[in-house]
Amino acid sequence: MPTVSMNVNGEAVSGEVEARTLLVQFLREQLRLTGTHVGCDTSQCGACVVHVNGVSAKSCTMLAVQCADAEVTTIEGLADGDDLHPMQEAFRDNHGLQCGFCTPGMIMSALDLARRNSTPSEQEVRDWLEGNICRCTGYHNIVKSIMAGARAMAAVRGG
Amino acid sequence: MPKDGIGASVKRKEDYRFITGQGAYTDDIDRPGQSYAVFVRSPHAHARIASVNTAAATAMPGVVKILTGADYAADGLGGLPCGWQVTGKDGPMVEPAHPPLVADCVRHVGDQVAVVIANSAAEARDAAEAVVVDYQPLPATASIETAMAAGAPQVHDEAPGNLCYDWEIGDKADVDAVFAGAHHVTRIELVNNRLVPNAIEPRAAIAEYDRATREYTLYTTSQNPHVIRLLMGAFVLQLPEHRLRVVAPDVGGGFGSKIFHYAEEAVLTWAAAKVARPIKWTAERSESFVTDAHGRDHVTIAELALDVDGKFLGLKVDTKANMGAYLSTFAPCVPTYLYATLLAGQYTTPKIWCGVQAVFTHTVPVDAYRGAGRPEATFVIERIVETAAREMGLDPAELRRRNFVPSDAFPYQTPVALVYDSGDYEGTLAAALAAADYDGFAARQAEAEARGKLRGIGLSAYIEACGIAPSAVAGSLGARAGLYECGEVRVHPTGSVTFFTGAHSHGQGHETTFAQIIAERLGVDIDAVEVVHGDTAKIPFGMGTYGSRSLAVGGSALSRALDKIETKAKRIAAHLMEASETDIEFSDGQFTVAGTDKSVGFGDVALTAYVPHNYPIEELEPGLDETAFYDPANFTFPAGCHVCEVEVDPETGRVEIVNFAASDDFGNVINPMIVEGQVHGGIVQGVGQALLEGCVYGEDGQLATGSYMDYTMPRADDVPSFAVSTRTTPCPHNPLGVKGCGEAGAIAAPAAVMNAVHHALGSRGVSRIDMPATPVRVWRALNAA
Repeated sequence: MPTVSMNVNGEAVSGEVEARTLLVQFLREQLRLTGTHVGCDTSQCGACVVHVNGVSAKSCTMLAVQCADAEVTTIEGLADGDDLHPMQEAFRDNHGLQCGFCTPGMIMSALDLARRNSTPSEQEVRDWLEGNICRCTGYHNIVKSIMAGARAMAAVRGG
Repeated sequence: MPKDGIGASVKRKEDYRFITGQGAYTDDIDRPGQSYAVFVRSPHAHARIASVNTAAATAMPGVVKILTGADYAADGLGGLPCGWQVTGKDGPMVEPAHPPLVADCVRHVGDQVAVVIANSAAEARDAAEAVVVDYQPLPATASIETAMAAGAPQVHDEAPGNLCYDWEIGDKADVDAVFAGAHHVTRIELVNNRLVPNAIEPRAAIAEYDRATREYTLYTTSQNPHVIRLLMGAFVLQLPEHRLRVVAPDVGGGFGSKIFHYAEEAVLTWAAAKVARPIKWTAERSESFVTDAHGRDHVTIAELALDVDGKFLGLKVDTKANMGAYLSTFAPCVPTYLYATLLAGQYTTPKIWCGVQAVFTHTVPVDAYRGAGRPEATFVIERIVETAAREMGLDPAELRRRNFVPSDAFPYQTPVALVYDSGDYEGTLAAALAAADYDGFAARQAEAEARGKLRGIGLSAYIEACGIAPSAVAGSLGARAGLYECGEVRVHPTGSVTFFTGAHSHGQGHETTFAQIIAERLGVDIDAVEVVHGDTAKIPFGMGTYGSRSLAVGGSALSRALDKIETKAKRIAAHLMEASETDIEFSDGQFTVAGTDKSVGFGDVALTAYVPHNYPIEELEPGLDETAFYDPANFTFPAGCHVCEVEVDPETGRVEIVNFAASDDFGNVINPMIVEGQVHGGIVQGVGQALLEGCVYGEDGQLATGSYMDYTMPRADDVPSFAVSTRTTPCPHNPLGVKGCGEAGAIAAPAAVMNAVHHALGSRGVSRIDMPATPVRVWRALNAA
């Protein structure tokens, strides 16, 4: 079985994987980073979104071996100790989650948008979320969270 | 009032673990030595099983064991039980056997035939592919229409004509007489489309057996672990309840689909003792589509009789409901006691008759899905009322006003069994119309017309019945379970509190809402309160969460337990302050003696209860830990009005929701932020039903919409933001005055959206369009009209 090495949340990791092992399986089953979820088998729901080399990607649709030597960030890598990332704070402050299952993917996807556009409009947020499904919130408060989170991130950068 | 008490939009206590990726959902749990299960499922809708050959599969790498329907049958265990027996005109419903593993005949695509257990999930999947099942395909029937046709393929021999029951409520002759004298009769036919619940967390389970203690543990994605323990232990596997633990940890959404006792739970638990290792199973989404109970699926003809002033005289409703291939746990009560009994809606309609024929088909079982019967009832009522208004040239809001149950008429006995507790239907209508700028619609319509777009506005004045109860009444109607809830308040020596509830949170925010009630009542800091749910080893008992019951029933149990805590704490405080018990007052966490400056804090009383040195030990047990079971006296009746405005592009048939406003009466509100979130989510599930979602079976029983590629889930760009608000008439019969809010959006929204769509298309001569009103359907209807 091939060995794959990558950097996950700032730590060098490596492990033996089958050629067919998906990135999400490597993260969840070998690294026990279970914050990244699987909600479908057709790359639609976005519960599995992580960042690969700084860009959001669906970890159910990448092989682990594709991520050799890559920088991978998961939901577990966002907070700095007890200090939440501004986007995490925004989801809590705006009730942007209910059951929490889609939330890691939503937050990781939102971060990518916020880095590209620090003041997204409601329509821009809604369009961006095309690849993330939530069944609980009706999106109303997720959209609010992301708009607030993007502004908070810009404020942190500005400060 | 403490800042985190009743009525405050407290940020949720549970959120930290979810936003940091530290939730513990079933699939996140690994047990030592765990093996993995994959189910072999029928690709046919209906087939006889000639043989199952597992020889090649058993020899594959990593395979631990393969068990078939024949193995299950050989152990002489039970089938999956149905929890509600409906008695129809001709006697009790037909209740066919529902084996967890099928040995002889498969009856829907996805029916489970065998389970493969291996050292890894991949090895189990590979070996499952190698199990050879010799199927002899038989003719199938998937729709209500074909299942009821003469000569239709039979799903079960014991159900001739595929009829499960033929049930009615009301006196048909009585209602017919009213129609004979009516000024106007409105008649509609409609389909309530079949839906797939699609909680984003797929179902999963881990079962294990400890040979040393002879204890079974099942981790499962359930809304009601105690119910699963009872059904599986007592009826299916016949295991001793005291050695069976069911844990429902973090659960990623339910919407009803995780109420039911599923085959996989029983098969895994049964198999765990045979392999003496934990076994884990996680559904793939495509597997969820063919195994999770579906929702709705009604075909209905309704007629409304009105007098010359638009007063409703009578309503006749004839409904056929699809049960699927087997009776899921609560399926039979959904199109009867949760549907027909709601057909009075918010109106004083004096005479109502409803007949319901439930039929078997070769499809996935149908059961409760968010709203369960009440969205179907609301859709019938609000579509026919809106249609009647248009036919009679009356403003739909005005026609509703003329027929509302007046706010001074409560308690109000409807002709279909229920007694409404409280409400202000004029109030919620007025608030919703104001939020929607109903009066400004004509100008917006004209403006849209100038742009070549068709605008419509639609109302839905809904009522629902939540917190199904009381147990004795439900039992007399066929329920095979109690409908109370249980809660235990454990005050620790230091004054912090753990609340153990039989309700289950899978997104509803119980860890916050229940903590707010405790903070309010005991005057403790909300951070000193922990809410525990979802584990039969920790919680005395519980019926779980469904039917918007958690607060109305579970919160009432909490309230009763807090009453007991307060009573006992007052006796301790009286002893400490050498005062009479009757003189003790309690507020903001302080016990005081009326008319004096003596006081003692709640924490001191708690400590005294556990360190009883100065204590009335001969009259009072030590400790401060109380349990209450609460069985409601009646349903609660949340109600309100939702208004939807749409714009249709006649060139493409696309329907855009341009405005959506709601005014809901949920009784007293504990956490407005959480309540609004529940309404938002419900509305989008309702919008999904109206415009996007439709479960499609081919006539051969193959599921055509078996993934998110084919079944249209609402996305963020399909919906707008919403204007929601609440108005309160407290529930008069439960201690918190609460009614429940979890299902309202899904109940109200489909009719509001479809009334708006029909309004928009009415000017072009379109009189009927079924859900989901997809662009192709709308475009075809416009071009056929």
